[in-house]
Amino acid sequence: MEDRQESTAPQKEVCSRFKCRLCGVAPFFVGIVVALVFGWWLFPTLMFNSQEQPVQFTHDTHVNVAGLDCNYCHKIRPDGTFSAIPTTKECAVCHQVLLGESRAERVFWDEYVRPGKEVAWLIYQKQPDNVFFSHAPHSLENCNNCHEFSKTELCLFCHVNVKDKAPTYHENRLSGYSKDTMKMWQCERCHANPNHLAGTAANNACFVCHK
Amino acid sequence: MSATQEFRIKWGMVIDLDKCTGCGSCMVACQAENNVAPAEDGLNRRRALNWLLVYRLSNGKPFPDHDIAYLPRPCMQCGKPSCVSVCPVVATTKDEEGGIVSQVTPRCIGCRYCMASCPYHARYFNWHDPVWPAGMEKTLTPDVSVRPRGVVEKCTFCHHRLMAAKDRAYAEGRDPEKLPDGAYVTSCTEACPNGAISFGDVNNPEHKVHELIKSPYAFRLLERLGTDPQVWYVSRREWVRRLGDNYLNNEPTKG
Repeated sequence: MEDRQESTAPQKEVCSRFKCRLCGVAPFFVGIVVALVFGWWLFPTLMFNSQEQPVQFTHDTHVNVAGLDCNYCHKIRPDGTFSAIPTTKECAVCHQVLLGESRAERVFWDEYVRPGKEVAWLIYQKQPDNVFFSHAPHSLENCNNCHEFSKTELCLFCHVNVKDKAPTYHENRLSGYSKDTMKMWQCERCHANPNHLAGTAANNACFVCHK
Repeated sequence: MSATQEFRIKWGMVIDLDKCTGCGSCMVACQAENNVAPAEDGLNRRRALNWLLVYRLSNGKPFPDHDIAYLPRPCMQCGKPSCVSVCPVVATTKDEEGGIVSQVTPRCIGCRYCMASCPYHARYFNWHDPVWPAGMEKTLTPDVSVRPRGVVEKCTFCHHRLMAAKDRAYAEGRDPEKLPDGAYVTSCTEACPNGAISFGDVNNPEHKVHELIKSPYAFRLLERLGTDPQVWYVSRREWVRRLGDNYLNNEPTKG
């Protein structure tokens, strides 16, 4: 710059030359912005499609209005397997008649209870085939040997919040996995915790979680 | 993995070769349990997958003295596994309580170093994608993942059964690290009609195998390689035990 000011060229020309230089770098900055928008917002959005649950189920109604305990539907069976989502037949224990006026109830009754069809629920947490997961060791009793978690706290470590309305399900268009599928680093928040390595159940050996 | 990890629990298998009739039930049970697809040509040893393979042994003598034995060979789950140290991608490890050598196939890049390093030929490479004849996919075990073409697989001592046994222990409020004898057995153990295969924790005095491995007739394959296998064989026949290792002509057989 000093060179230019000392040069004999008229001021006007210097200015236009400077402007031109700005024009030269402008596309570079625009390019960065476009790339950032594409990489951080557009691509991740395009990567996933959005699906709504076939029935607008609310946990709030079942827990707070109907007064059901979590264990009523989500229980560990005597052989240690987890019952996960109840079948339509199990739901029909209560839903043998229309309960309430809501549209979701109508849809559930008409399309699933009456024909005796299973609901194709979209599972937010569904894991790939090479993952072994069991609810049995991840129980409140086991974790609370050392921690002081509430039921909600513990569930929310891995699960999306489903308290009010069933959240939108995002599916990866390439892999077919749910966006909310737990990633390995999320499992490792506990499994790779040095305090857990001494205890055998929660350690980070490959075969503890993989098959 | 130069330092060997010691485990409190050591799942071990004891196979009585004098009881084995070579019927092959264990091979069938293994294949069905572990989702090994039926091979087009199962006799092709270079292509077929046999997590458990029954070998035929012979004493090589003519008629009146001729004798044969059958030797089922699962993965030995070595205490010092040669496959683990050569794996460039940590797809196979020995880091879980119980000492079962893991094989995480999505991580495997199919380089087959482990196959070359395994002195027992217990590892197999998937040359083809598995195909089940229509309808047979219903026989798949849900807890065992299916492996694609291009990865190495091996016997895992039916590891999913260990997990199931632990889950049951949790549900019943028992200690999952102190499974009683018989709570966890492999499918070959269950399938053997002659009871030749015993399975359990060799470190636990309450398990039958704890005593069985102390038999003077017990031996392990190629013991002097130092792999420290977790599979023991028992035979009262000296020539069978002699085939278990590379003895020099003037060396006495162990046991």
